[in-house]
Amino acid sequence: MTVAPADLALLDAGSVRRSGLRNYIRRHPTIVVGGVLLGVMVLMAIFAPYLGTVDPQALSPIRRLRWPSAQYWFGTDMLGRDIYSRTVYGARVSLTVGISVAVLASGFGLAIGLVTGFSRWTDAIVMRVMDGLMSIPSILIAIALMALTRASIENVIFAITVADVPRVTRLVRGVVLTLRELPFVEAAHASGTGFIRILWRHILPNTVPPLLVQGTFVAAGAMIVEAILSFLGAGTPPNIPSWGNIMAEGRSLFQVAYYIVLFPGLFLSITVLAINLLGDGLRDALDPRLARRM
Amino acid sequence: MFAYIIRRILATIPVMAVVALFVFSLLHLSPGDPAVIIAGDTATLDDIVRIRQKLGLDQPLYVQFATWVWGLLHGDLGISIFTNLPVSKLIAQRVEPTLTLTISTLLVSVLAAVPMGVVAAWKAGSWIDRVVMVFAVLGFSVPVFVLAYLLIYVFAISADLLPVQGFVTIGGGLWPFLSHLVMPTLALGMVFAALIARMTRASMLDVLAQDYIRTAQAKGLANDKVLIGHALKNAAVPIATIIGIGVAALISGVVVTETVFAIPGLGRLTVDAILRRDYPIIQGIILVFSAAYVLINLLVDLSYTLLDPRIRY
Repeated sequence: MTVAPADLALLDAGSVRRSGLRNYIRRHPTIVVGGVLLGVMVLMAIFAPYLGTVDPQALSPIRRLRWPSAQYWFGTDMLGRDIYSRTVYGARVSLTVGISVAVLASGFGLAIGLVTGFSRWTDAIVMRVMDGLMSIPSILIAIALMALTRASIENVIFAITVADVPRVTRLVRGVVLTLRELPFVEAAHASGTGFIRILWRHILPNTVPPLLVQGTFVAAGAMIVEAILSFLGAGTPPNIPSWGNIMAEGRSLFQVAYYIVLFPGLFLSITVLAINLLGDGLRDALDPRLARRM
Repeated sequence: MFAYIIRRILATIPVMAVVALFVFSLLHLSPGDPAVIIAGDTATLDDIVRIRQKLGLDQPLYVQFATWVWGLLHGDLGISIFTNLPVSKLIAQRVEPTLTLTISTLLVSVLAAVPMGVVAAWKAGSWIDRVVMVFAVLGFSVPVFVLAYLLIYVFAISADLLPVQGFVTIGGGLWPFLSHLVMPTLALGMVFAALIARMTRASMLDVLAQDYIRTAQAKGLANDKVLIGHALKNAAVPIATIIGIGVAALISGVVVTETVFAIPGLGRLTVDAILRRDYPIIQGIILVFSAAYVLINLLVDLSYTLLDPRIRY
C-alpha cells in the first residue's frame, strides 16, 4: 500500500513528534538510558531535603548500627546517622565535583589546546610538560595536591582538574592540528578571513563534539577519583557526607554491617554508569565513523 | 632501528624531568608554608623549625633543587619525616606485594580480555558481543573499591571460600599465596580488562573488514587460523598501546585495592604517608610509579617492531 504525501500531511503534529522521539530512543538507547538515570540523580541531589531525609549529620547514639528497615531505609551507621539521608545528600558532592571538574578541565584544556595547536614554539614546550604530567597517574597527582592543602570540596575539584587538563589539551590540540590542514580552513585563509574569525567560526565549533564526549568521561572519572580520595581520607572533609566518606566510615565495619558500604557504592556505580552510557551514546551520535568501530 | 631505540630512550629524559620538576615543586606550589602544613595542627614551633631544616626549606630554592636532583640521581629519595628511614629503603620493602599483584592482574586481564574482544568482534552483533560490551561498560563504571567489597561479601563472608584480606608471599605456600591474590586481582583487573576488551574488539573489527581476511576465508582457511594468524596479528599494535596506557589505571587502582585488602605494598605506604603528611614518601612514590609507567610504555613502543614487521624506524 502506498501513502500519498497529502495523507502524511494529515497526521497531526503530536504523533509525528512522538514517533520522532520513539525513533530517537531506538537509535540512541544509551543516551536516553544514561540521560534519564543521570537526570534522576541530579533531581535527587537538588531535592535532597524533600525526599524523606533527616539531617544527614544528626547523631543518635541509641540508634547505632541499625539494619535497613521501614524506618531506616538504608540503616544507620556507628554514630546512629541515617544512611539513606547521607547517601541522598552525598549525591550533591559527587555531582558537584564531577560537573565542575568536567567544565573546568574542558575550559582550560580547550584554551591551552587551541594555543598549542596554532603556535609551534609553545606547542613544543607545553606538550613536553603535558607528556610529563600525563605519565603521573592522575590519582597520585590528586593525592599529592590534597596532602598539601586543607580538605575541602574546592581543593578536591582543583586537584582533580589539574590531573585531567593534560588529556583534554592533547585532544583539542589533535583536533586543531587536523582541522588546520583541511581545505575549508585553507580556503577561508586564502579568501582573507582573519585568524580570530577562522578560530571562532571554523575551528572552535569542530572541537565541541569531541570535547562534549571527553567531558562526560572526565566527569565520570572525577566522581570516581573524588570517592577514592574521600575513601582514603584525603578528599571531602568528614563533616560533609559524600559517597566516598560514607564508605570510608563503613570500611572497618564491613564484616558486621556491609550495608553501610553497599548503598553509597551502589549509587556511585549507577551514576558513573549513567554518565558513561551518555558519553558512549553521544560519541555514537556525534561521530558515526567512530561509532561503527567502538 | 638501533638509532630509533636510542632516540626513543632519550625521549623519556624530558618526560621524567618534567615529572621530577612537578614532584619537586609540589611542596612550593602549596599555599602557605609547607613545613606548617606537614607538621599538622598540633605542631609546636620547634616541630615546624625541625621539619623546615630537615626538608632543607630554609635554603635558597636553587640549592634545594640541585641538592634534591643530585640525591635523586644517586637513588636517594630523601628521609621519611615520620619514621626517619630513607624513603628508598621504605619503598624497596614494599615493592614485592605491589609487583606481585600488578603482574598477576596484568596477566589475568590480558588473558581474559583479548579472547573476549576477539570473539566479540568475530560475532559482532550477537549476544556474545553484547555480553562483552556490557562487561566493558560495567567495568568502567563500577569503582574498584565497590567491586572489591562486592567480592569480599560474596567469596569471603557469604561463601567463606577466600580469606577476607592480607597478603602471603609465595614462600608461605602456593594455596595461601594464591587465595590471598584472587580477589585483589579480580577487583583491580576489571577496569583494565574492560579497557583491553573494548580496544581488542574495535581493532579486530577494523581488521576483519579488510580484503585479505575475505581472501583467507575464501581459500578455506580455518576460522581460528584466520582470527589468530591473520586478524589478531594485525590488530596487535593498538592492543599493545592500550595495555601500556592502561597501566596508569592499574597504578591508580593498586592504591585503593591494597587499602581494601590490607596488602602491605606501595599503595598502603602511600595512604599511610598521606594520613601522616609524610611528604618525602609521597614524592618518592610518585617518582617510582611514574618511572614504571614511562618504562612500560617505552617497552610497548619498542615492541611495535616485533608485533608488526612493517613498522621500521
